[in-house]
Amino acid sequence: MDVPADFDQKADEIITRYPVSKRSASLPLLHHWQERFGYISPFAIEWIAKKLELEPINVLELVTFYPMFRQKPVGKLHIRVCRTLSCAMAGGYQLMDKLCEMTGIDRPDHPPHADPITVSPDGRWSIEFVECLASCGTGPVCMINDDFHEAVTPENAGEVLAKYEEQS
Amino acid sequence: MSNVAPLPKPPHPKERRILFDNLSKDNYSNDIDCYLKHGGYDELKKAMQMKPGDITAQVKTAGVRGRGGAGFPAGVKWSFIRPDNKKPVYLVCNADESEPGTFKDRYIIHQDPHQLLEGMIISCYAVNAKLAYIYIRGEFPEGAKILEKALEEAREKNFLGKNILGSGFDCEIYVHRGAGAYICGEETGLIESLEGKRPYPRIKPPYFPAALGLYMSPTIVNNVETLCHVKHIIRMGGEEYAKIGRPNNTGTRVVCVSGDVQKPGNFEIEVGAITMGELLHDLCGGLKEGRKLKAIIPGGSSAKVLRADEKYKIKKKNDQGEMVEEEIGIEDILLDFDTLAAVGSMAGSGGIIVMDDSRNMVETLANINEFYAHESCGQCTPCREGSLWMKKITARMASGHGAEHDTDTLKSVADNIAGKTICAFGEACAWPTQSFVLKFREEFEQAGKALDEHKTEGHHEPTFREVAMEGVATKGA
Repeated sequence: MDVPADFDQKADEIITRYPVSKRSASLPLLHHWQERFGYISPFAIEWIAKKLELEPINVLELVTFYPMFRQKPVGKLHIRVCRTLSCAMAGGYQLMDKLCEMTGIDRPDHPPHADPITVSPDGRWSIEFVECLASCGTGPVCMINDDFHEAVTPENAGEVLAKYEEQS
Repeated sequence: MSNVAPLPKPPHPKERRILFDNLSKDNYSNDIDCYLKHGGYDELKKAMQMKPGDITAQVKTAGVRGRGGAGFPAGVKWSFIRPDNKKPVYLVCNADESEPGTFKDRYIIHQDPHQLLEGMIISCYAVNAKLAYIYIRGEFPEGAKILEKALEEAREKNFLGKNILGSGFDCEIYVHRGAGAYICGEETGLIESLEGKRPYPRIKPPYFPAALGLYMSPTIVNNVETLCHVKHIIRMGGEEYAKIGRPNNTGTRVVCVSGDVQKPGNFEIEVGAITMGELLHDLCGGLKEGRKLKAIIPGGSSAKVLRADEKYKIKKKNDQGEMVEEEIGIEDILLDFDTLAAVGSMAGSGGIIVMDDSRNMVETLANINEFYAHESCGQCTPCREGSLWMKKITARMASGHGAEHDTDTLKSVADNIAGKTICAFGEACAWPTQSFVLKFREEFEQAGKALDEHKTEGHHEPTFREVAMEGVATKGA
């Protein structure tokens, strides 16, 4: 398997931002990969390691540490709901329940050691609780893919999701 | 489609907007033309005529203390780079904003990115850093794009790149995205992360970033807000800047208020010019209808909680210049570094979380502890194990299964973390538990009776989740 030429080229461009040590480009390359292909596959780890002249374990240990990287595909629309204090006080947990209900996601209450991400049966949506998204004054907040949504309540959550109706 | 909410205009009379000055203007946009129209990069031009050492001296005179959490004077930090240093110097802007309760950096990055860049370039020139990074948290993808665009604009105008404005100084800045780990806000953890590793903080000494930082070279790590202040210090001059605020607590700072107030949000205030009471009642419009103040976390969730009915003894100079002890209440606390430290907490990152009498403190602490258990990097045993145990115990207590010994166990676990770890995360995760248990002991003891009561009654305080479930059930009916 080969990666698309433009992807490879962009990766090379990213590496030039780290003239002292190529290894510094490992987080940016993981983002680059996940943005394009959705998740970090075993092939991704080998590819990035080779690109940066590292051992695969040097890359894998980042994927297993940093919460944003995932090793499984998520929904086409991935929701991150803030779980932390100010949002919880404003109703973050209620928002999580409402979003699950609307997207048809059956999310286990507290997955102890499980994958924090739950995907809807049709594969369109996925959801997870994340820690503080740094928008505490306008809680509850959530992100849908790269978009930030502030003051999302169970009442207006439908309007927020409706903006994504056309996206398949 | 999503951007940050605009600041209220005009500012409240008790605010003093310096960093947020541009954001208060009508039709202000984040492109370079708009910034230049409002005097942007004038201070960079001015700084380029100065000697680097003089800039550091001005920042020292200004006395600006770090706005990220520790409150260390920025100029002093800069001067830790040895004068005989032969290695390259790096500057890193800490935009990993992730202390719960803090939400100021995104406002600056989204709405006025060039202010940050100008502050950074001046700072790079002052410490002779030719390469700098903005470490922005991974959850700010839009902020990263805005910064990339702003950097491109600055390069085109030769504010960045080779021979900046004909000064002979070369400087390049890149955006580096994190990936959801709170510990990357700790400066040595951030450096490890920037080197492409797991962000395990380094032990100090010897790894003080100004001596052995990025790539084992001297590195200055400053918060977004701190770097923005550098621009204004150059504009006003260090002495003039130092007149804002109080001695040792100079300048303005952004306080981020969230929780149970009428109007939460960001307020830029002169440090030490207003009290907690003025912030709550005047700037934030008071508490919610019919509610009473219960507690305030004054500097991000790591800061020790303040109880509404507590009395604090603080030392103060009277009119004769003698030190006298004064007893004050929570609303009399001046919002500055020294006063918040004197009442046993900290100004921290400026994130103020207000709780009214509807809040259950056991449940609140359970929420905070879940955060720290998730974010401990796992390097030091007391923190890795302790944060998890504190989470488990408080979660159990909050769900109505508290046991009698829980309160003391919590305190003992927390006491065995603080001071026993490589980085300050140990304190950050222990302080909430220590302070909540100390100040709201009766609530914890009450929760600790649950197991006994459970056998007879089965009653307990509802948790966030149970309240949520109830809400859903009501709606369905």
